[in-house]
Amino acid sequence: MSEIYLDYQATTPCDSRVVDEMLPYFNEEFGNPHSVNHAMGRRAKEAIEKARSQVAELIGATDPKEIIFTSGATEANNLALQGVARFHRAKGKRIVISEIEHKCVLETGYALEREGFEIIKIPVSKKGVVDLRLLEESVNDRAILVSVMTVNNEVGTIQPIEEISDICRQKGVLFHTDAAQAVGKITVEASRTDLMSISGHKIYGPKGIGALYVQLKPRVRLSPVLFGGGQERGMRSGTLPTPLCVGLGKACEIAGQEMENEQARLTEFRECFLKTIFDNLKKVYLNGDVEHHIPGCVNLSFDGVEGESIMLGIPGICISSGSACTSEILEPSYVLKAMSIRDDLAHSSLRIGFGRFTTNEEVAYAANQIVEVVNKLREMSPLW
Amino acid sequence: MEYSEKVMERYNNPQNVGGLDDNDKNVGTAVVGAPSCGDVIKLQIKVDERGKISEAKFKAFGCGAAIASSSLITEWIQGKNLADACGIRNQDVAEYLSLPPVKAHCSVLAEEAVSGAIKNYKEKNGI
Repeated sequence: MSEIYLDYQATTPCDSRVVDEMLPYFNEEFGNPHSVNHAMGRRAKEAIEKARSQVAELIGATDPKEIIFTSGATEANNLALQGVARFHRAKGKRIVISEIEHKCVLETGYALEREGFEIIKIPVSKKGVVDLRLLEESVNDRAILVSVMTVNNEVGTIQPIEEISDICRQKGVLFHTDAAQAVGKITVEASRTDLMSISGHKIYGPKGIGALYVQLKPRVRLSPVLFGGGQERGMRSGTLPTPLCVGLGKACEIAGQEMENEQARLTEFRECFLKTIFDNLKKVYLNGDVEHHIPGCVNLSFDGVEGESIMLGIPGICISSGSACTSEILEPSYVLKAMSIRDDLAHSSLRIGFGRFTTNEEVAYAANQIVEVVNKLREMSPLW
Repeated sequence: MEYSEKVMERYNNPQNVGGLDDNDKNVGTAVVGAPSCGDVIKLQIKVDERGKISEAKFKAFGCGAAIASSSLITEWIQGKNLADACGIRNQDVAEYLSLPPVKAHCSVLAEEAVSGAIKNYKEKNGI
């Protein structure tokens, strides 16, 4: 086997059904979707509105207008945090997030902190679940927003969204969730949130497109980050990229139809992979929550062996590691650190992601290769 | 991480992996780095009656650069006297392996391992 892709949390290939749907909108139906005074513009707009409905349906949004297209989840998260912060600053300055949010939420939080907002980061358990009691305590009358991701991108832990939603509703505070790793993989309910971020390329759609769900009833108000022609109900100016929107819509439609089967397949892959690993290697630890996780994500620490050195030994297998050696800043994963995973085990971690185009053979091959390399490296490890 | 061929050669086929008997007074041992930092090198040398390093062994927990640096430095110090072995600088290792700047600390660790093993040998022998 020459190359095996097992990094589906980083990105996914565009499904060919998605590509087919997108293609006409590059050169045939290229009209500006905002030029509704001629037929070509109207056809592009129609395609976009269909896509909007497809996205809305997947996340259970009641009105397609609640979907605001963005360039991706990073922009959606920026719009949610910055938009709410700026619009509601007179009401309060506290924003509550978790310690394991994606960098684009954390960094937006830090930027807002420099503007005078107060960012509270809620710690997580060893399994990577936010501390609900601390979260509830942190939501005081100065709080304007709670933002907690639905699924963590490194360990796959699913957060208690319903409970967080209840706390926010009860306290009358807006609730945003970064659902980039959740949408299309598990059932998400937009109605449980006020704002939800979605990514295209994590669900076999194209890169460069995402969306922010912004609840209409009751209407969630936010200030735009991008100013211009007032598209997307004034919340996100800029001509919409019709092919990308169409691609996201189609990706959502397929994900909705195939979610159940895919969950079963991925669960099987995960079990098969873990069995080979645990049957053949001692002192391997699963990072994350055994019960509440998405099936396609496995994060393991291999005691005594550094993560990057494992990856070097399996050059044909595309996976990722929480080791500092794989990052430019030489810091191990902040997510694993927040989960109180020992530093050396954070350096020893690998994330393996299964997805729509993974095969049984690939899973078996990858597991066996990892066992072989870990054994070899342990023989030369002073810690083993 | 993009590594040079010289790093990959040593990662794939590391030289001098193993250990020496620490109870032997002719053996000097050093363990440098920390598990929490993601790099630990254990390096041992055996010094012959002429004061030359007759054998060098290492074990490493760390990235490809750490493994390659340890392997290379054990290759280099074998047959050298202690002063010459001490003279090998981390820059020489980093340069030879074309280590990316972010991995320079791995070569520093390898240099520290050599000087630590020599120090340990000297202490054991009252030199």
